Amino acid sequence: MAKTYEAGVKEYRETYWEPDYQPKDSDLLAVFKITPQPGVPREEAAAAVAAESSTGTWTTVWTDLLTDLDYYKGRAYAIEDVPGDDECYYAFIAYPMGLFEEGSVVNVMTSIVGNVFGFKAVRALRLEDIRFPLWFVTTNPGPPHGIQVERDKLDKYGRPLLGCTIKPKLGLSAKNYGRACYEGLRGGLDFTKDDENVNSQFFMRWRDRFLFVQEACEKAEAETGERKGHYLNVTAPTVEEMYKRAEFAKEIGARIIMSDYLTLGWAAHTSLSKWCRDNGLLLHVHRAMHGVIDRNPHHGINFRVLTKMLRLMGGDHLHSGTVVGKLEGDREATLGWIDIMRDKYIKEDRSRGIFFDQDWGQMPGVLPVASGGIHVWHMPALVSIFGDDSCLQFGGGTLGHPWGNAAGAAANRVAVEACVQARNEGRELEKEGKDILTSAAKHSPELKMAMETWKEIKFEFDTVDKLDVAHK
Amino acid sequence: MSEVQDYKSRLSDPKSRKMGTFSYIPKMDDDQIRKQVQYIVDQGWNPAIEHTEPQYAASHYWYMWKLPMFGETDVDRIMEEIDLCKKSNPGNHVRLVGYDNYKQSQGANMVIYQAPLEGETLERMEAAAAVHAYDLVHK
Repeated sequence: MAKTYEAGVKEYRETYWEPDYQPKDSDLLAVFKITPQPGVPREEAAAAVAAESSTGTWTTVWTDLLTDLDYYKGRAYAIEDVPGDDECYYAFIAYPMGLFEEGSVVNVMTSIVGNVFGFKAVRALRLEDIRFPLWFVTTNPGPPHGIQVERDKLDKYGRPLLGCTIKPKLGLSAKNYGRACYEGLRGGLDFTKDDENVNSQFFMRWRDRFLFVQEACEKAEAETGERKGHYLNVTAPTVEEMYKRAEFAKEIGARIIMSDYLTLGWAAHTSLSKWCRDNGLLLHVHRAMHGVIDRNPHHGINFRVLTKMLRLMGGDHLHSGTVVGKLEGDREATLGWIDIMRDKYIKEDRSRGIFFDQDWGQMPGVLPVASGGIHVWHMPALVSIFGDDSCLQFGGGTLGHPWGNAAGAAANRVAVEACVQARNEGRELEKEGKDILTSAAKHSPELKMAMETWKEIKFEFDTVDKLDVAHK
Repeated sequence: MSEVQDYKSRLSDPKSRKMGTFSYIPKMDDDQIRKQVQYIVDQGWNPAIEHTEPQYAASHYWYMWKLPMFGETDVDRIMEEIDLCKKSNPGNHVRLVGYDNYKQSQGANMVIYQAPLEGETLERMEAAAAVHAYDLVHK
């Protein structure tokens, strides 16, 4: 029977709150943390979010009747308390597959975190997690190479990879910058790295940097017999310029390039990632700007969602936080999103902030990168937290060594190998870390010196974005 | 602050070449190697042995010693094969691999015996380094 048209404002929950709805495998599921305006009932706010992020608008329109809204609308299907916070609650919303363009993270996010985030009925809104259905996963390109291919290309197995961000991040000439890379690489690092904001400034134009750094990599490779790379940041003001830099990196034989995926833009980043697969260059991904989006516990997007997006759009490395260094990052939450980067299938696990099972099908994994304020004393904890499939990056922790970058690099390399050896022998790294490093330092004056230099440095500020757990 | 130390690594010195995982820590004795073999077995990985002439160590493909030891969990047997490979290929580097068939990768890969670099091998490696240094400058 056809419906009749009644103009006017209806309550959202009449149409968009369906507590009996059983989500389908093909639905895209999302969980939001909603902080409503005073006096707005939970179901109404949840339904409003479902409506505004899918088919609804504030009033009934006659054209609603030209389609089958039941086929397209998002549905709020469950509401849960947030542990330890009475101001807000979780709303679970199911979106049918027809709402989204296949292979377009851009389209999904424009819907789900679009206008609704400015919606007056909610005081604050945070997207905590998304379950991407397998059909959607398979329509996205995913990482250009993935962890296993990277290991094979670089011939590095059975340990975390080691990197170093070159500092000062801005202001070095290209030749001096290449010198800093060379010293780190010959000392035993696998990678050195452009910082996120190293693009093509006056003091160091990109082409000069690429050439000097490439020579640094090649000489270090010849000297050590190991494969080396430097993440050449091709983030640029225009897509044409980005491609120009990427093509040049390929031409001179670079193994890996880099993108700042949030500031570069998701569409541009996805194109770059596809280019990397076509051209055999690895892609390192920095998350500059994520703190703007993911740090406020009541508003924005949780990093685990940004992680899933990146895996879909493509990238071989992604910064994950360190747990132990100078940057924000709750341990359990970090473990959650490093699983999301690497594993094939991730089970719902509320203790790690994971709300949904996520099936990645055949999509390769992304290598998590721990970077920011870490040094040799953190190594046992890092190896224990991140395991082998990770890249540990010591910037100041390499360059700040009293004997220079090569010694700093060697100290880190000795430390990581000693930790991996000890772990393989069945020792407990976080408990016996001090012993393991101390005995390794007997054979490495570089490590001994590093341990003396950084002994007292700790980062013990409390985390702002904690997982929601009851505190009452 | 102690005196700054020089970092001893030279393109012209083949002894500066490294050999991947565990090449920055002291050479493992038999007991330590056994523990790494045990680790490979405990992970459910398939142990394998490879070897090469030192001057060709940079290649992805070293020579396989027979086939990977699929399903072998006896550490003594694996240690025997390592020994056999070493004896049959004097002057070669030898490495131990643990194939992880679920990840389709190598979960472990370590050079457990480094042949001494001397005589003709050393001369060849020095000559190769000189060519490389020339390439770097004249590219």
